[in-house]
Amino acid sequence: MIPIDPNASPSALLELIYRLKVKDIMTGQVKSVEKDTSLREIQRIMRENKVSGVPIVEDGRLVGMISVDDIIRALDQGYIDSPAVVHMSRKLVVLEDDMPVSFAISSFEKYQYGRFPVINRARELVGIVTSRDVTSGLLLEMNRSLEEMERVLNLQASPEPIGQVKRVFLVQQFDYENAGRASTELKKILQDRGVDRALQRKAAVASYELEMNLVNHSLGGRLIFHIDDEKATIEAVDQGPGIPDLAKAMTEGFSTANDWIRSLGFGAGMGLPNTKRVSDEFDLQSTVGKGTQVRAVVHLKPQPGDKP
Amino acid sequence: MTIADLEHRLGCTPLVPYVEATLAGAYTSDMLSDVMAHAPEDSVLITLQGHKNTVACASLAGVKAIVLAGQREAPDDMLAAATAEGIAVFASSMRQFELSWRVAALLGLGVPPRF
Repeated sequence: MIPIDPNASPSALLELIYRLKVKDIMTGQVKSVEKDTSLREIQRIMRENKVSGVPIVEDGRLVGMISVDDIIRALDQGYIDSPAVVHMSRKLVVLEDDMPVSFAISSFEKYQYGRFPVINRARELVGIVTSRDVTSGLLLEMNRSLEEMERVLNLQASPEPIGQVKRVFLVQQFDYENAGRASTELKKILQDRGVDRALQRKAAVASYELEMNLVNHSLGGRLIFHIDDEKATIEAVDQGPGIPDLAKAMTEGFSTANDWIRSLGFGAGMGLPNTKRVSDEFDLQSTVGKGTQVRAVVHLKPQPGDKP
Repeated sequence: MTIADLEHRLGCTPLVPYVEATLAGAYTSDMLSDVMAHAPEDSVLITLQGHKNTVACASLAGVKAIVLAGQREAPDDMLAAATAEGIAVFASSMRQFELSWRVAALLGLGVPPRF
């Protein structure tokens, strides 16, 4: 019923379902009724409170449950005006409010009930748990945990040194929808830093070629920018398939792109040569079956030996 | 020449609202890598490539306007990207060669030396 196996799930999830208690996820302030209440009255309560089960109590102690199935049967067989006590389920499986949520999950699996009443140590009725309570309770708690994780990660990340920018973009294979987004961002950063237009363009060309290589040829990878006052460094790192012949890949006009990629205007065999041409430093490494790493650097301040 | 000349003097149909600006050059190509490598800044690109990636490429290369030759159609996502990036997009029934020499005339390139 709840697609979580309390014995074989990721440890973060297991930690969660053992740490969370039934009282953290249950619906409290349950509408309960005395045992001589008519089934018709209970049907009205279900409708008004939008619940599918009503606990029956005697002096505050839980003695039975009437579910929506019981009401349907009563309507079908014509005893809707009789008191709850005659038709209620008396064999109740209850959960205690201090039990871990893992226990509730196992109970849903084991008993096939839609809901369980929850009692406290004094055996008083304090709530009700449906499978929906479990899933939404877990989702809320996962959200909280993820937020906390993000907050801690942000704290751990060393702050960017002043004047330096680092950006990481995930690039998916064949994702033409987002292709160019990373490079556009790089160009904007350089623009905002007041970098000369010609240098902006060199960096944008290098970045776009590497980005399109990731889209057209890789199994997916990352585009990483490091920018400071001296230079813009663009790294493209992918997870394969790797380039068998680097010399060929660096030859203008050589491409392994298929007709479909070519029809979009890519695959002219100019990507890597173009990147190298606009870069002041260029490094290409590739292992077939592992991946390719390209590093292209555009100097933002002229250095000895730079191309004009 | 200016971007508006594409509409008023060459009869191209604007596909997105554009901001008037001077065009300093032009480039004709369907290979986006070639455009990236060689299209001049502040230029108009004459191409058959009517899709979103052409806009990304133009934006990065500093191309200000795109003319889709031969009545090629532009998908909506291309026009949305162009609007976002501030790049003008036009359609023309002229073919690339004819568009190119007319644009060349407007740019004042005229007859090449030693023709």
